[in-house]
Amino acid sequence: MSAGLDARLSIARAGGFRLQVDLAIPAGRTVALLGPNGAGKSTAVAALAGLVPLHDGHIRLGTKTLDDPENARFVAPEKRRIGVVFQDYLLFPHLSALDNVAFGLRSTGTGRAEARDRAIALLSRLEVGDLAESMPAELSGGQAQRIALARALVTEPELLLLDEPLAALDVTTRARLRHLLSDHLEAFPGPRLLITHEPTEAFLLADEIHVIEEGTITQTGSPDDIRLRPRTPYIADLAGSNLLTGRAAGGEVTVGDFTLRVADTAADGAVLATIHPRAISLHLQRPEGSPRNTWQTSIMRIDHHGDRVRVQVADPLHLTAEITPGAMDALRLVLGSPVWLSVKATEIGVEAD
Amino acid sequence: MTGRARTKQRPPLLLVVPAFVGLLFFAVPLIGLLARTPWGDLPELLSSSVVVDAFRLSLLASIGATALSAVFGVPLAWVLARVEFPGRSIIRGLVLLPLVLPPVVGGAALLFALGRRGAIGEPLNELTGLVLPFSTWGVVVAATFVSMPFLIITVEGALSSLDGRHEGAAATLGATRWTVVRRITLPMIAPSLAAGLALTWARAFGEFGATITFAGNLQGRTQTLPLAVFVALESDRDTAIAISLVMVVVSLTVLVLLRNRWWRTT
Repeated sequence: MSAGLDARLSIARAGGFRLQVDLAIPAGRTVALLGPNGAGKSTAVAALAGLVPLHDGHIRLGTKTLDDPENARFVAPEKRRIGVVFQDYLLFPHLSALDNVAFGLRSTGTGRAEARDRAIALLSRLEVGDLAESMPAELSGGQAQRIALARALVTEPELLLLDEPLAALDVTTRARLRHLLSDHLEAFPGPRLLITHEPTEAFLLADEIHVIEEGTITQTGSPDDIRLRPRTPYIADLAGSNLLTGRAAGGEVTVGDFTLRVADTAADGAVLATIHPRAISLHLQRPEGSPRNTWQTSIMRIDHHGDRVRVQVADPLHLTAEITPGAMDALRLVLGSPVWLSVKATEIGVEAD
Repeated sequence: MTGRARTKQRPPLLLVVPAFVGLLFFAVPLIGLLARTPWGDLPELLSSSVVVDAFRLSLLASIGATALSAVFGVPLAWVLARVEFPGRSIIRGLVLLPLVLPPVVGGAALLFALGRRGAIGEPLNELTGLVLPFSTWGVVVAATFVSMPFLIITVEGALSSLDGRHEGAAATLGATRWTVVRRITLPMIAPSLAAGLALTWARAFGEFGATITFAGNLQGRTQTLPLAVFVALESDRDTAIAISLVMVVVSLTVLVLLRNRWWRTT
């Protein structure tokens, strides 16, 4: 049985920036730390890995205390058993892919032959066994990412940290590696922490999301909580998008048994469709004119957020729309009201899943 | 030809002319040396016992100094680059002092410290019976004193500009600090390390002032090639020229080979 992570990270940096983050991740669960660049995400990774000491707070993994400045306790990074996939991977440029993966085993006393065998076995499972002898400079981003993942996993760490694991990849590689990552996260028995600035990644890979802004957590919840009930303007703007999974063919995306017209006629197969809440308009009558995606449904939930109102609608698509309080009054919407929705095809983002 | 002339911009004359004059500074003395070389007598001149002894000693001293510099200079460069301590800039200045100090002054300082009556030389002599001045070991010590700074300055520069995050990544994989230095840090700065070692060796190979002051000029024991040249200039010019030619060829070969091998990347 693997142990959970319990951390209270408190680090002050020059210039007044302060990271203040509480994390509790049970074994076998993935938590995403989602936030913009400069929010302190990588500092959190460095603190957990032991590369930056805490100024206050604690890090506990199971029954072991890894950092606790109040009690003068600090476990060096090499003794922590934490696997890290670093932003831009940081593969050792002078070692082959195989030696990169075997490095951790060799460093902790495993014999050369066994280290090599285990590294090759893991590389093969990640479908990059044929790259064992390649040097990092010869690898594509997606290949380097798998080598980095293998390097972090091969020592069987007790906690897995992934710092922007997909950020350096192009769009098509990203979708494929997100699935691969998802499978390997599932197989990892300990707690997993995913650092990302990309809401889609957090929604698809994490069981729970912590949103971090300027060093502090502004909202914690399941992906649905975050998406449907964002509590700050940043979350609403960035993470509040409607996300649908469906199949694309000939300029249409089918979600369940509902079909949306999209502008992207080239998309084909499994896709993710995103619709920003502000791109959805609400009407009392069937709208005339251009929008091809028009349907009738009813209102399930209404949340007021100062200068905007978020309205959730019922079947066939659970979407959130965002309108002004003025429009809200004009439409006289209440819970359960029937309402017409329309979305322009060009407002629906489509990417391969 | 015309196509190439059109696409390739002509370098500005204001740079080319002084560059050519600068080149002459190096080329003219070498041409002078070659012009005076008694080519026919070369084999005989170079096989004299004075030259053979001096050559053997120069190789020993320069390789010994390079080895000592590697063993002590690389750790010193690492400490200067990675450990913050009060007075670090003073220590850094002290370590680089031999680069600007006249070698004769360095040799004299060595003599005062390590001589038979020196502050360290006297107890060292009583404890181990070792006498450094006017011995072959003294030649190695003098050469190390003047050449090690070249290694320190090169390696420290490389360590400072190295992306330290790779070392952090190695630590998370369970590598102790020593393993990180051995398997990550040093291999990643290998090109600079090799360049620094080449410079160190070349400086030690050409060392004169500190050696003659600290170790004297005894054939077979402390007389290296530069010292032999100095002596021969007084009595036997042809030998002096022959030895000089050997030094030019050996040094140039080492520097060109290592430059092609290592310095492309830096």
